[in-house]
Amino acid sequence: MIAWLGWRLVSFVATLLVASLVVFLVMEVLPGDPASVMLGMGARPESLAALRAQMGLDEPLLQRYVFWVARLLVGDFGRSYTYSVPVAELIGQRVLISAPLAILAIGLSTLLAIPLGVHAASRRGRAGDVAVMGVAQIGVSVPNFWLGLLLILCFAVWLPWLPAGGFAGWDKGVWPGLRSLILPAVALALPQAAILARVTRSSVLDVLRADYVRTALAKGVSPRRALWRHAVPNALIPVVTIIGLQFSFLLAGTIIIENVFSLPGLGRLIFQAIAQRDLIVVEDMVVLLAGSVILVNLLVDLVYAVIDPRLAQGEAR
Amino acid sequence: MREGRDMAQGFSARRVAAIALATALAGVVQVGTAEAAKDTLILAMTLEPPHMDPTAGAASAIREVTYANIYEGLTRIDAKGEVQPGLAENWTVSPDALTYTFKLRAGVKFHDGAAFDCSVVKFSYERAVAPDSTNAQKGLFEPIAATSCPDANTAVVTLKRPAANFLFSMGWGDAVMISPASAATNKTNPIGTGPFRFKNWVKGDRVVLERNDAYWGAKPALASVTIRFMSDPSAAAAAIAAGDIDAFPIFPAPETLDRFKTDPRFTVKIGTTAGKTIMSLNNTRPPFNDVRVRRALAHAIDKRAIVDGAMSGFGAPIGSHYVPTDPGYVDLVNTYPYDIAKAKVLLAEAGVKPGTPITITLPPPPYARRSGEVIAALLQQVGLAPKLVPMEWAQWLEQVFKNSDFDATIISHTEARDLDIYARDKYYFNYQSPEYKALYKQYLESRDPAQQTALLGELQRKLASDEPNVFLFALAKTGIWSAKLRGMWDNNPIPANDVTGVSWAE
Repeated sequence: MIAWLGWRLVSFVATLLVASLVVFLVMEVLPGDPASVMLGMGARPESLAALRAQMGLDEPLLQRYVFWVARLLVGDFGRSYTYSVPVAELIGQRVLISAPLAILAIGLSTLLAIPLGVHAASRRGRAGDVAVMGVAQIGVSVPNFWLGLLLILCFAVWLPWLPAGGFAGWDKGVWPGLRSLILPAVALALPQAAILARVTRSSVLDVLRADYVRTALAKGVSPRRALWRHAVPNALIPVVTIIGLQFSFLLAGTIIIENVFSLPGLGRLIFQAIAQRDLIVVEDMVVLLAGSVILVNLLVDLVYAVIDPRLAQGEAR
Repeated sequence: MREGRDMAQGFSARRVAAIALATALAGVVQVGTAEAAKDTLILAMTLEPPHMDPTAGAASAIREVTYANIYEGLTRIDAKGEVQPGLAENWTVSPDALTYTFKLRAGVKFHDGAAFDCSVVKFSYERAVAPDSTNAQKGLFEPIAATSCPDANTAVVTLKRPAANFLFSMGWGDAVMISPASAATNKTNPIGTGPFRFKNWVKGDRVVLERNDAYWGAKPALASVTIRFMSDPSAAAAAIAAGDIDAFPIFPAPETLDRFKTDPRFTVKIGTTAGKTIMSLNNTRPPFNDVRVRRALAHAIDKRAIVDGAMSGFGAPIGSHYVPTDPGYVDLVNTYPYDIAKAKVLLAEAGVKPGTPITITLPPPPYARRSGEVIAALLQQVGLAPKLVPMEWAQWLEQVFKNSDFDATIISHTEARDLDIYARDKYYFNYQSPEYKALYKQYLESRDPAQQTALLGELQRKLASDEPNVFLFALAKTGIWSAKLRGMWDNNPIPANDVTGVSWAE
């Protein structure tokens, strides 16, 4: 187990280093100069040079990369070119929106998808199954930004229950903050729930064909207990894998959804930062996102071990 | 599967799903849209400003938050684009047009309590031209030779050469008065002399301004102004319909305006801006170095069709680099009437063969992307092979604007009265005309208003004749706000959301 963790740690650091180098070089190669984005079409060359010097962009490439990584190692994320505030502060404010949004979306999609998937599997070929899979088919095909617009139309314009966008702020209390996140979370969750329900259904169906389920039924276990005690736990591995993958996907999905709902989250920050060539913000965020994706994968591996003790023993290396 | 059917009895998944749905929808019910108090305003903008210092950044969004609300200059541009007194009560100009003497308002204080006097004027103007200045419009200050202070309430600005637009220029956001004490921190904590002070900024979401009770002039009717940033046009339309915002003065989706026009809750105002939307041509690159080709393109492009097709009918066709609201405007729209046959003849004369490719680079704004589609279709009609290349803003600035590496591009020049760009030695579309430069110099140095107007007309005619770029249309300002709001700016002569005169009707 310790060796396994050690190995994971090495690959964690290596992945981050590669990610940092790649994003740094890509942002360098990308045409566009942060100073000319800031000063626009009326700028004089000498003003651009002065601003580049102010931002430290006149220093050699290698030196900038090494200094950036070195500062990251001691927890210094640097200062945003456009906003002129510490990047850590920017990210800190926005995590408070994106993280609850992601958790809400994942929670919602899991809560919807697993029961529905199991239900569909247990009634394979019958009305319940057809209904669930039909809705899931639509859910898989609908892009989440369009769903977001529909939700705004229904629940903010026609039925004025929820805000059409923007974020009330946690300082106003938990409920006003949460209210701003409901529609975006649903918009993110429904398409994911559709995928998850299909995976759950096919995974449960596979397990239901297994010998031990038949044995359980043969020795008199009730069908419900056979499903929930014997079939579902064994069917969860692929479901957890998909949830893990979906979490990484959510980080990208929020870029679009946060724009549709005008939420000041991480997705919008990185979107704006790329457009404005706020290099340092993009670089920091890519490294952080890469780090969190790796962490989620690690977490998924640990969950495997909990769900299936065989994996913990067999694959400990 | 038989097992499955048996299991269905008493199966709880349905119940779990029902509970999950109920949780998702619970609480949704509690609402209650409180009637907006009569002294607050929620205004929305498409883009968020990168920071709050208009003297160190070009983004229009900076001015749309801060101009006239937080910061003030010596002069001030009003909703009609006219120069009004700002922090200078009045001024006199010497007969040689080289010395401007400003009488400053007494007793004006910055939001942090610092006093405004002539030393601030000297500091602000000298800072703008300093070698390390990052002013986005450093050129505006270039004519200034010196600023001196005979007494605290008098500022004397001497120029190196006459500058016809000087008072107008000093009313721009780039020329606002900045206190030495707060100049370094204005990006994050803007301190001006205006009727509103900065309260807070939730990055990515909103900026809140509150009334400055110590303001030197008439106090604004609004006690607080919240400016929200909504980048998605459909979501913006929904937010207005839902009543989440009171005003969207520069609304990004003109095609949705019709449904607001018929709704009595809203005022829809189509105003003007200083934005000259043009198809810029690379004047040194063949075949655009041939005036016959440029004229042919002008004949091939139906300006009305672009305004109707790409801008939902909002915007006035133009025939030169000047908009109808600018002083001394001459109507040259029909210099090159839409005429396919004529365009083909001119192209043939210039030796441009049918099927000649022309690459049109399109920056991100919707006006550019949509106009590009229409123009491509029009150019095909005269036998050219247009290719549209959409481009990110940063890349456009680098490749097209800085390196002049392009055939044609569509862009709106939003700086007001910027005829000077055609007189520059180096500018991205590479127009070089000694005659134009001489005319422009004459205009700058003329002191007689009648002569100035005549020269402005000459400049426009010269541009229309040389057609360095195909002049398309003046960008309209499409605004929506609550029908109960009074005092909103109909037009945008400069980028601003001046809410100092805004109030709610009873």
